[in-house]
This record gives sequence, C-alpha cells and structure tokens, in this order.
Amino acid sequence: MTPLAAVAATLAASPYDSHKMNTERTLPRSQPPRFSLTGGRLADLVFAGAARAAALLTLSILAAIIVSLVIGAWPAIEKYGLSFLWRSEWDPVRDEYGGLVMIYGTLATSFIALVIAVPVSFGIALFLTELSPGWLRRPLGTAVELLAAVPSIVYGMWGLLVFGPILATYVQQPLQSLFNGVPVLGALVSGAPVGLGILSAGIILAIMIIPYIASVMRDVFEVTPPMLKESSYALGSTTWEVVWKVVLPYTKTGVIGGIMLGLGRALGETMAVTFVIGNMNQLNSISLFEAANSITSALANEFAEAGEGLHQASLIYLGLVLFFITFVVLSLSKLLLARLTRHEGLRT
Amino acid sequence: MTPSMFRNAALGAALLWTGAAMAQDVTGAGASFPAPLYAKWADAYNKATGQKINYQSVGSSAGLRQIRGKTVDFGASDIPLSDADLAKDNLVQFPTVMGGVVPVINVRGVTPGQLRLNGQVLGDVFLGKIAKWNDPAIAALNPGVPLPDAAIAVVRRADGSGTTFIFTNYLSKVNADWKAKVGEGAAVNWPTGAGGKGNEGVAAFVQRLPNSIGYVEYSYAKANKMSHVLLRNQAGNFVAPDDMTFKAAAAGAEWQKTFFQILTEQPGKDAWPITGATFIVMHKIQDKPAQATAALKFFDWAFSSGDAMSAELDYVPMPDAVEAMVRRQWAEIKDASGKPVAVK
Repeated sequence: MTPLAAVAATLAASPYDSHKMNTERTLPRSQPPRFSLTGGRLADLVFAGAARAAALLTLSILAAIIVSLVIGAWPAIEKYGLSFLWRSEWDPVRDEYGGLVMIYGTLATSFIALVIAVPVSFGIALFLTELSPGWLRRPLGTAVELLAAVPSIVYGMWGLLVFGPILATYVQQPLQSLFNGVPVLGALVSGAPVGLGILSAGIILAIMIIPYIASVMRDVFEVTPPMLKESSYALGSTTWEVVWKVVLPYTKTGVIGGIMLGLGRALGETMAVTFVIGNMNQLNSISLFEAANSITSALANEFAEAGEGLHQASLIYLGLVLFFITFVVLSLSKLLLARLTRHEGLRT
Repeated sequence: MTPSMFRNAALGAALLWTGAAMAQDVTGAGASFPAPLYAKWADAYNKATGQKINYQSVGSSAGLRQIRGKTVDFGASDIPLSDADLAKDNLVQFPTVMGGVVPVINVRGVTPGQLRLNGQVLGDVFLGKIAKWNDPAIAALNPGVPLPDAAIAVVRRADGSGTTFIFTNYLSKVNADWKAKVGEGAAVNWPTGAGGKGNEGVAAFVQRLPNSIGYVEYSYAKANKMSHVLLRNQAGNFVAPDDMTFKAAAAGAEWQKTFFQILTEQPGKDAWPITGATFIVMHKIQDKPAQATAALKFFDWAFSSGDAMSAELDYVPMPDAVEAMVRRQWAEIKDASGKPVAVK
C-alpha cells in the first residue's frame, strides 16, 4: 500500500501545505551551490541531467506509445475516422468494425463500479478512521487492503462460478417477474438469466476497486489535523457534521484522487471482466443483464487470432480509444480539482 | 565482483559454450488446439534424443504471423492456408493430427448422446432462430426425448480460434442462412450467446448454465464428461463423436491433391461432420537449414512413435498413407542452395 499512501499524501496536501512545500522547494534554487568544489558541481550537473533524462524518458515513452498506437491503428483510422466511435458493427468475417459496443461496455461497467464502490469505500474509510474501536482498526484495514492483493483472474472465476449464478437466480429472476411488462424497468432486467453481463462485470469491478478507493480515503482522512476535528466536536458537531464539514472539505483532493485511481483501474481491468461480461459484440438492448463487451476484454480475446489488416488495426484503434478515455478522465479530475480549489479561495 | 560471482560467470560461459556446440532449440508457435500434444511430444522427444523443441501456444493467426516473420522455425495453424496463400509466401504446410469439434449440452433429463441434431437445426440454434429446447424442429428429430420448455442458452468462443473456424465452416456448409448472415472464420459476428474464453471457458459456461449448448474440442468434452449430441452426417446417419468417426471423416478427403483439406461435412457413412486437422507451416527456402532439419526430424519421430501419445490425449493420428505423403512433401523444404534439408 506504500505507493497508494504516497499518492494519497501528495493529493491530500492542503493549499497551506502545498504553499509551504513550494517555498521549501524553491529555497535551494534561490541559493545555488556556488561555493561547492568543482567535483560537487560536476556531480550536481550529472544528477540534474540524470533527473531530467528520467523525466524526459517517461514523456518519450508516452509519446512512443501514442505514436505506435496511431501507426498500428492507421488502416482503421483511415477507413472509419471518428465514425468508428459510434459504429456498433463488429464483424471479422466481413471485415467491418466499430467500437461503440466495447466503448459503451467499458464506460457502463466502470460507471456501475463507481456508483457502488464510492459510497462503500467512503463508509469503510469513515468507519476505520472515526467510528471503529481501536482494536478492530488494524485487522479490518489490512483485510480491506488484502482485497487488492487478490489476483484479478480469481475475481473473474469467482464471478463466473459463484457470483453470476447467485445474481441470476436471486436478483434477476425475481426482478424479471416483478417488472414483467413495466416499460423501462422491464427492459433493464430482460435477457436470459445466465448471470453474465454489464451488471455482473460492474459489481465485480466495484469489489476490485473498493480496496484502492477505501485505503486512499482512509489515509487522507487520517491526515486531517486532530485539532480541526476536535474543535468542531467541541463546538457540538455530530460525527456526521465533522466528517461532512471538516474532514471531507479538508481532504477532497485526496478523496477525488482515490476515486480516480479506482476509476482508472476499473477502465483498464481485463481478466475479471472477460470472465463475467459475456463477450457479446451487440448492443440490442439496454438490459443490465445482457452480455456485452469491453475494450480490454475484446483486446484480450481477439488479439492473438486477429489477422493482419483491418481487424488488428481496429483492435489497436480500440486501445487508442481506451488511452484517450483514461486521458480524458484524468484531465476532467484535474479540472474538477482546480475548480474546487478556486471556490475554496473565494470562500475564505 | 566476488570470487563466487566469478565462478558463476565462468560456469555460465561454459554452459553457453556447450549449448552452442549442440543443435539449438527448435522453436515453433501457433495453434492452441494441438499444444498439449506438441508439448507431450516435445517432452518425450527431448528425453529420447536430447533435442529441445520449444512450442508456444499463441493462436493460429499469431503462429502464421510469426512464421511469416521468420521468428520461429515452424508455425502451427488449425486453419489450413490455401495453395495460393502458400505459394505467395513460399510456404509449405502439412497436417499432423486431427480432432473433432463437439456440440455439448447441459439439459436436465437428456442423457449424453440422446439428443439428435442436424446441421440445419444446429445452425438455427446458434443463429438464435430456434430459441427453445421444445421447438418443433428439435422435437421432430427427437421423438420421446423429454425436451424442457426452456430458453436455449447459447455458449460460444469469445476469442478467435481454430475451433470456431472448424465449427463455423461446418455451419456455413449445412445452413444457408448461417452462411449468408454470419459466415466462417476464427472469429465471427455471433448473432447470440455468451462468449467463453478458450475451450475451458466454454466448457465451464456450459456446465454451469442450465439449458445451454456450446461447442468444444472433443478432448475437452471427454475430459469434462460433458453431454455430447449426435449429429446427422452427409450420408444421413446420426453419429457420435469418437476416434472412429473422426478417422472416417479423414478417409474421404483427397489428400493426394492438396493438404488444404477442411474435414467438415465429409462423405462416408460413419464420418463425424465437424472434424478438422491441424497443420504445421514452414518456409520452403530455409535460412537456417540445420534448424529445419531438426524440426523435420522431430515430426518424423512424432509420426512414427507419437501415435500412442496422440490417442492418450484424444487426438486422432493421421492415416499412414497421409503420413507417407507428408514425408514425401518434406523434400520441397530446401536450403538456400536448393538442397533438401530433410534427412531420410
């Protein structure tokens, strides 16, 4: 969990902290090591060069990935252009491809995962930091983090063999008989009760990302200065008011960072989704129980046997689209954070 | 560097040197269907001769890509290349073993081998046109079989696969609607059904989902004790999938004309209609003739001593006559100077 904690710590830094950190960081720059020996200066130069090279290397790898994706996808980009994004056909025999089904599947499953995982993670983090008795904190926290250590293929198999049938028998079938004939709700739960589809994948994804979001949230909740919380309690706030009005505003950057971390994982998850989503390239119903497909799942399933040419190019195009989606999500979260910080400035 | 590191380095160098003195490992890549058998053969061959054969089960298309790129000594594919394709890239192909694709079902009250289907009905089920088990079309073929009034859960491969190619090739031959709407290929645009990854994925789905039907390689059906169906073959007989019916399917093929044989819907009164062979693809002109010789020696050994292992894993060896034809064809594989690499 150390990388998570590191992310959380950076994200959790409040405006005051970051201000302080900035001054600290700029201090040495205003006093360059002019008095050092030539050897020291050389080491400094080498170190600066190495650090810059490391940073540039990351950037150039990123650029190289984008370039090779674009080159690989070029036949498909040339043929379909942006219409690839809303074409729902995927027919390797006739060599006709479109990414809508997979893009929809990826977005829908990730959305369902977030809808479930965010409140649950919030509850876990809140319980662990504010409500839990001391002796329970460590074992419970470790147990939640252990969820992150379970390999995704295990989640997939569990979803397929255990969870899917339960969902089909005890959720879908009762809902089907309940909503039989109701216009929209009926369509939402239609389909053969096989336990595979968007909802199963979304729930499995939720279970997979809960430990990430929960542990980031817990870590940032913990860095809220006790002074602030205790002052609030002293003024007569309830636990809920303290969390809602003191802890959350103080840690919102970290919380959003944790959610984005979870979303990123949900968007990119492959194996578990492949097992439970049903891998069906069609978009003929809005049912949550209908087998669908996701970008990563399509890539994992079809890449090895995709013939050279348009099929392969279209799969790479899908990869490019996923790259783009993750990029947009990341940018949106940064934008959101920027807006939040600005409002903060206005309020104080 | 500590003394022990020196020693290790020296040891490593010595190992490398002895390794270079022997023939290098032969590498192959491709079809996943014969992979268990190739692995078993390679292991036994290594024990018998000391020669290592390294086979990567990466999928037929990837195998063909690798042999075209000359990154491996032989490629393996479940989908035969047409003679024109072979000529274009200057390749040769030959079959190694056969297997069958078996429709498997999970319907309560229906025992293995009790359900009878024909190509038309099987195609309509996978098209989604026949959606219930007690559909009149199925009932007509199965008088007296207790067919439930339940929706058919269709299961098929999600990944591209030679198994799917053989299956869809069969459906295209026997169901005109299938041919027009879906066609054949390693991956197709499935009109219905849930996709499982690999034979094991489909097998798991069918075993888990009540009232399901799927298709798997024979060895998977047998290993998992799945409920198979009887299919009507071209001669009009209902046959069960086993070694005999697969062999009967191969007997009708005209191997002497070309090795481009897809063994689906073959004539012969006992022929299982969804049979297929798996193929090895090699370059006609070899840059590394020593490697090619080693690879051909391996297949020669497999043809003469590997049949028992094939049977153990439920693959069907090629008929002796076909193996003889394959051996004759190896004379076409030559080194840069035009000398055949195969040793008699």
